[in-house]
Amino acid sequence: MRLPSIATLFHPLQSFSIRGGIHPETHKHLTSECEIETMPMPTLIRLPLQQHIGAEAEPIVRRDDLVLKGQLIAKARGPLSANIHAPTSGRVIAVGHFVAPHASGLPVPTITLRPDGEDRWGPHLPRLRPENASPEEIAAQVAAAGIVGMGGATFPSAVKLNLRAKYDLTTLILNGAECEPYLTCDDRLMRERAEEIADGIGIMARALGVKQVFVAIESNKPQAIEAMTRYNRALGYTFKVHVVPTQYPMGSEKHLVKMITGRETPARALTADLGVVVHNIATAHAVHLAVRYGEPLIARTVTVSGHGIRRPANLRVLIGTPVSEIIAHCGGFTEEPDRLLLGGPMMGMPIQNPRVPVVKGTNGILALTAAETPEAKTMPCIRCGRCVQGCPVGLTPFELNARIHAGDLEGAAKVGLMDCLACGCCSYNCPANLPLVQSFQFAKGKLAERQSRKHQQEETKRLAAARKAREEAILEAKKQMMLKRKAEMAAKKKAEEAAAAAEMPPPATATAIQGEATP
Amino acid sequence: MTMHMPVAGPHTHTLFTVSRTMLTVVVALTPATLFGLWQFGWPAIFLFLTTVLSAWVFEVACLWIAKKPIRPFATDGSAILSGWLVAMTLPPYAPWWVGTIGAFIAIVLAKQIFGGLGQNLFNPAMVARAMLVVALPVQMTTWIAPVGLLDGPSFLHGLSITFLGAQDFDAVSSASTLSHIKSQISAGATMGEILPTLADLESRLLGFVPGSLGETSTLLLALGGLLLLVTRIITPTIPLAVLGTIATLSAVCSFFAPDRFAPPILHLTSGSTMLCAFFIATDYVTSPVSTAGKWVYGIGIGTLIFVIRTFGAFPEGVAFAVLLMNSVTPLIETYIRPRIFGRSRSGKPLGTTKPAKGATK
Amino acid sequence: MIAAAASMSALGLGLGYLLGAAARKFHVETPPIVEEIGKILPGTNCGACGFPGCNGLAEAMAEGNAPLTACTPGGRDVALALAEIVTVEAGAEAGPIAEIEPMVAFVFEDHCTGCQKCFKRCPTDAIVGGAKQIHTVVMDACIGCDACIEVCPTEAIVSRVKPKSLKTWYWDKPQPGLAAARAETAA
Repeated sequence: MRLPSIATLFHPLQSFSIRGGIHPETHKHLTSECEIETMPMPTLIRLPLQQHIGAEAEPIVRRDDLVLKGQLIAKARGPLSANIHAPTSGRVIAVGHFVAPHASGLPVPTITLRPDGEDRWGPHLPRLRPENASPEEIAAQVAAAGIVGMGGATFPSAVKLNLRAKYDLTTLILNGAECEPYLTCDDRLMRERAEEIADGIGIMARALGVKQVFVAIESNKPQAIEAMTRYNRALGYTFKVHVVPTQYPMGSEKHLVKMITGRETPARALTADLGVVVHNIATAHAVHLAVRYGEPLIARTVTVSGHGIRRPANLRVLIGTPVSEIIAHCGGFTEEPDRLLLGGPMMGMPIQNPRVPVVKGTNGILALTAAETPEAKTMPCIRCGRCVQGCPVGLTPFELNARIHAGDLEGAAKVGLMDCLACGCCSYNCPANLPLVQSFQFAKGKLAERQSRKHQQEETKRLAAARKAREEAILEAKKQMMLKRKAEMAAKKKAEEAAAAAEMPPPATATAIQGEATP
Repeated sequence: MTMHMPVAGPHTHTLFTVSRTMLTVVVALTPATLFGLWQFGWPAIFLFLTTVLSAWVFEVACLWIAKKPIRPFATDGSAILSGWLVAMTLPPYAPWWVGTIGAFIAIVLAKQIFGGLGQNLFNPAMVARAMLVVALPVQMTTWIAPVGLLDGPSFLHGLSITFLGAQDFDAVSSASTLSHIKSQISAGATMGEILPTLADLESRLLGFVPGSLGETSTLLLALGGLLLLVTRIITPTIPLAVLGTIATLSAVCSFFAPDRFAPPILHLTSGSTMLCAFFIATDYVTSPVSTAGKWVYGIGIGTLIFVIRTFGAFPEGVAFAVLLMNSVTPLIETYIRPRIFGRSRSGKPLGTTKPAKGATK
Repeated sequence: MIAAAASMSALGLGLGYLLGAAARKFHVETPPIVEEIGKILPGTNCGACGFPGCNGLAEAMAEGNAPLTACTPGGRDVALALAEIVTVEAGAEAGPIAEIEPMVAFVFEDHCTGCQKCFKRCPTDAIVGGAKQIHTVVMDACIGCDACIEVCPTEAIVSRVKPKSLKTWYWDKPQPGLAAARAETAA
């Protein structure tokens, strides 16, 4: 039973809803009134080569190279990859491995840079006049600037801007929902840089060639709604600011599309199949900087929050700044935090090493105290069905969990495991405090591993067969060679015998045989 | 910086817990229970306390035998709640051992043998009630008229009724509404003749009628149910389905054959209808979780209650109705699932209405 | 009396003939189990199982002389596939089939002399490197059969757990919570 939300009464535009979802305590008040401040120059900058979905970038600098701000230091490898630029001027002190800003803490290829403090710009990218530029030029500029989806998914933006070639696009939706608790960086960006964002939106709309543009903002950000409504025109496009109810996971791409257009993206398909492309607000800002000023993506806005942080803030930091320096800038910890997260509390990554860097997709750094995090104690499932009510995808998480714990991963996949978004609504709601999402992540990883192993086994068979064939071919060739040699020897002998018999060998035949014998 | 093993998100959590859920249900049951205890006096109070306490003792004993951690399970409130619900369905002057046996059946046979909290297939309180009704027909159908705590048996007299099995009630033995109807109908009376002999609607709503310990006050039970709805412990689906089905079926039947069938209002205000709709049928463990499944389950229970009451041998069919529907819950869950986002009901991805450019050109 | 006996024997004879004919006609060839097993095994003849090649293992397994999990490079999938045909027909013992951690060979570059012995022995061509040059292992092709380790004259190759990358890493299975506490207290 879902009653229409009160927001519907005030905004008749909104007439759709999503199923499930939760209303967690937002904690946004911690930072929602903190203006975006620029973080001072860090002492070190670490740039992982993989800050995006797709192939790792290829480093084009070496140790001890001097680089300038905005200089390309690692270039995209293949169509689904992204450029990486130096965020400031300085010296490359290592091209090696460092701990990934990821829950696994695995070492990943990283370029380490020591800033020289001068922050000297190298040559900018050539500026474009979007009014005259073709969609291809805009997309190429976005690709050159290394822009990726800044909401956290980090999908290379240029690839999305080029979808026009494959799909009939009608609608661009700007995702300013920011449904994760604590995070306010998109909210602040919209309040402070609305005009720049609007320009970025216009540029993207032009590149995509869409007919209508929506800016989706959750109802709990009235100032951002006001700011974006004021600046709702750019490059001949007029955007509709669409107020969506405050509900997690409103920022999920497919759910946002459902909310605004009322259409459901088919499973395993893209929103582009419906003619809709979704971009993040912060991405629009980065596009504006790249196209108008030729600035590559070298800095981003990050919310630093949680009750474990002494002075919560919204910071504009250089990509690659170590988390520990940002926390120190925010006054350090109030108490030993229970968890240190990159991203929001629902889908963020816990990290163990605070020296990991901020990357292009990092929208928050949260230090949560024990009082803010769930306890570790779990109870058995009582089948209360809260997970089912909360699931925005329509899964039965308690059943998936039971199957996974019984070892029936294939069975879990059959009842929808692969459609899980890992949004965390089920775990959030679970009165027994079961780590449902972790179960699902485990099962998905395990299934992927099994799949790849199966693939490898087939590959092994192929390799073994190829080797066998090759060995046989070699053997056969040897055999042929032996036979040939034998025949030659026999022929030679015969010829010699004949020569001896005749006392006068015919030279032409001898040379012919010689010629044959040395292939 | 010392950090324990990282765990996957989410890293924030609702305040709802298992024990909080159980506690809310207990609170919701309290008004009707207190009223029942007041109405039926000391014997009821002793029976109630014995049943709840023995349920808890059986739970702890089972945990100890099964070598399970005792503290978290003994304090989660689930055993108390099961014992409480068993007590609510007992005749108020039943001897103590009826309550203890009921608690034993509910906790040991219906819950712990299946694996404890969350594992049982059947509703523990209803298993207890069904077994007691079949095994102890005399004790389970001895109803008395409510007289109030002060006018009823004294403290000591109450003790002797509950623990010594004294039969010297001052109070008048009487039949519950449903058993009265059943006996009259089988004696050949028409509904038109029976209805005037029953207690009026007002006392049935408030609870001034003979009946089980905690089932008499329809209004207070509905109030408790409302609390569960407001606190979102339960969704309105199952209560609506159960009550709606009973009302609809009895309305239709009594419209066409008013002499043979009781009117809907009588069904809704007698027996354990309200207790069942809000507290028994909505039991998490033994009911389906999807909304569509809940409708099927609730309608099934409503239909069975009506059928057993009207055509069966027993005057009240709630326990059997619930148990029968419990047994099909796994089946309902297998076949009635929520639709997955982006997929049709059969699990196939939805078709795109707009083909990709490549396809059109 | 005679008629009855005759008719009965005639009936018996006739039915017996029918049965015999049917047995001939509908005879089902039992599939040669060794061949079936051979199809499932990787066919690399790496020797990790200790039998002479994949064929040797298939024969041993068919006679029930080798466990289902004998093929370590094949891992769990091969063992499960084998369990489907072997336990039924040959009755080889089928214990619980555990997940086997994938192993790969790793060359210590300091010790490698570039003798090319491993290069020649590798059943899947997973080792690359020219003569007198340091060899390396192609992780994706290595099946962890340890054949190269046996032939290496300088003991420069070791077997180790296949390293995880961000793409292959996944969360651990969560602890089962109170359900496990029962087992712990019991132990």
